[in-house]
Amino acid sequence: MSKVPVGPFHPLLEEAEYFELTVDGETVIDIDMEIGWMHRGHEYISEMSSFTQSIYLVERICGICSTSHPLACVHAIEDIDNIEIPDRARYIRSLVGELERIHSHLLWLGLAGHFIGYDTVWMWAWKYREPVLQMMELISGNRNHYGMMRVGGVARDVEPEKLPELHKHLDMIEEKMKMIAKIANDDPVLKKRLKGVGVLTQEDARNYCATGPTSRASGVRGDVRKDDPTDAYDLVDFKEIVLSNGDVYDKLVVRVLEIIESVKICRQCIDKLKIVKGSFWNKVEQVGEGEGCGRYEAPRGEVFHYIRSDGTNRPIRHKVRAPSYVNIPTYEASCKGISISDALITLASVDPCYCCTERSMKIKDVHNKEVPDLLTLSRNKTEKIRREIND
Amino acid sequence: MILDNLFYLFVFPGFLFVAVLGLLVGWVDRKVSARFQFRVGPPVLQNFNDFFKLLGKQTIIVKDSVKSLFIAAPLLAFGTLCLIATMVGMALFFEQGFHGDLLVLMYLMMVYSVMLVLGGISTGNVYSSIGAGREIKLLLGDELVFILVCLIPIVKSGYAVNLEAMIIAQSDGMFIGSVSGVIGLIAGLLCIQAKMALRPFDIAEAETEIVEGPLMEYSGPLLAFWKLNHHIMYVAYPLVLVVLFFGGFNLQGIGILWAVLKYLLIVVLMIIIKNTNPRLQIDNALKFFWRVLAPLAFIGLILAVLGV
Repeated sequence: MSKVPVGPFHPLLEEAEYFELTVDGETVIDIDMEIGWMHRGHEYISEMSSFTQSIYLVERICGICSTSHPLACVHAIEDIDNIEIPDRARYIRSLVGELERIHSHLLWLGLAGHFIGYDTVWMWAWKYREPVLQMMELISGNRNHYGMMRVGGVARDVEPEKLPELHKHLDMIEEKMKMIAKIANDDPVLKKRLKGVGVLTQEDARNYCATGPTSRASGVRGDVRKDDPTDAYDLVDFKEIVLSNGDVYDKLVVRVLEIIESVKICRQCIDKLKIVKGSFWNKVEQVGEGEGCGRYEAPRGEVFHYIRSDGTNRPIRHKVRAPSYVNIPTYEASCKGISISDALITLASVDPCYCCTERSMKIKDVHNKEVPDLLTLSRNKTEKIRREIND
Repeated sequence: MILDNLFYLFVFPGFLFVAVLGLLVGWVDRKVSARFQFRVGPPVLQNFNDFFKLLGKQTIIVKDSVKSLFIAAPLLAFGTLCLIATMVGMALFFEQGFHGDLLVLMYLMMVYSVMLVLGGISTGNVYSSIGAGREIKLLLGDELVFILVCLIPIVKSGYAVNLEAMIIAQSDGMFIGSVSGVIGLIAGLLCIQAKMALRPFDIAEAETEIVEGPLMEYSGPLLAFWKLNHHIMYVAYPLVLVVLFFGGFNLQGIGILWAVLKYLLIVVLMIIIKNTNPRLQIDNALKFFWRVLAPLAFIGLILAVLGV
């Protein structure tokens, strides 16, 4: 028996994270996870900033779900005072949210291709992701951090003259996604590589509280967009994709089909934006005292924000629970007993986003003495530098 | 005579020729792959730049490694490949060979894999060890098929275990023109793919799994030699297939164009296979070789005996 380290820096991981596989030959018999390599103290910083600043801060939790976090955050703030938003803003929010889902799923598709050594899929998926970024640039002026969300509505309107171009890009994406779905259905080597790999059973998905495509591929229903519709999700028509096998192949198919559904939602939102006129923002002067929860179906699953306000202009508690936080522990169930090559694509199959998930961690050394965590170390260093400057 | 032999080994068709051609063909590989993936691809001399840059880099030798083995493995593998290239080149360009040279060739192609395994396990790195283990398994898989593939032209050329005799036997019709020849080429192509660690059989060096496997601890000039070895394989191994199934080269007039086309056909087929397949798991690869390809090659062999 030997231990294979995956991380903290490994070609499989775009971010720093540590997994230790205990292997017997090529078979993984145990997996140990260690999160806490990228803790940045977002919740703490958010509690020191105003509500408006918080929204832009949580956007930077993750570069890929950079509209899911702000959306859940504004939902939470609006929940405190039951703030209503105009219809036009609802459609714009859903449009941006769905475009983000398309680009995030395409990004995962490319990376998954790269992880199984299929670099052609990687490049093709990212080529088709490019128009989504261009659409985002057209709508918000930015390719990655859109800054579209605001308490009471959205920050920018989508001008009517931009709508036809959005349709054109969506047509292209839908066509290519159907092509990719066909490839996934036809390619025998791809099936051989992914079918029956890293199965997460329905029971395990429930027990580990998995969310998003990870749980839906295992046959567990659950989509915030359907269960607790906010924004325009109760006004548009779309299907919730649920498959039953729970292997990596089904996780791939769920995502590809979800992209096609997202395109459908985007089309409906764009069409409605032509009809629904009016303001895109209700002015909100002050957030009252109380607490609020916000949920949104991020590309990886349900993202949850909790905000408590004491009537001042800043949250006194801001709690973030990202989907990867519940999806990463499912490795315990899905990675044991399979080979290393299968285990590694399974690690990538939940589309883990480590920077969303990060928590500060306490480490104990061999003498069971507590080693200061990164945040404390960082603060001590700042203190030291400050003292040196003052001297 | 000795001078001649040295020229054959070090200049043409040996070391210098395959090294330069290999680095150029490596560019073809990268460029075609890039065009497959909507990328622009590197300039022609990129592989030369990479090679010479690596030569100038520091070599870090792992403290706990078996140093002699660690250093000797890439150099011996390099020597083996130069020998393979010389033997094939002599048969192709000068129509010279000796009785039983195909057997020697098959052995030498195995020696390369053994060198990769030795280099990998000499470091003690866990990724390298896994990679070396996978390379051994893969060798067990592809070797049987490759032997069967080599038997097909042996049978068809009247039981001559001699590259030169095979070329002569194909002077009135290439073996690829028969059913058994086609089967042999398909199986042979996939074996070469496995021997060269190209997708779908780059299992031993799987970058996103075990971080280049046996090559993980290599750096500087030693890594440069491993890279050069890989490029040399791009010349030597397809040329073996050219001898076995395409009847070698006729380097007169329009024959030169045919020679280039024959060689490029095999290389491009390899690049296409490489770019349209994901990496297989090692158990699936073994199943593929033993359950699919070995029976296929055996059928090819029976057809060859029957003269089809």
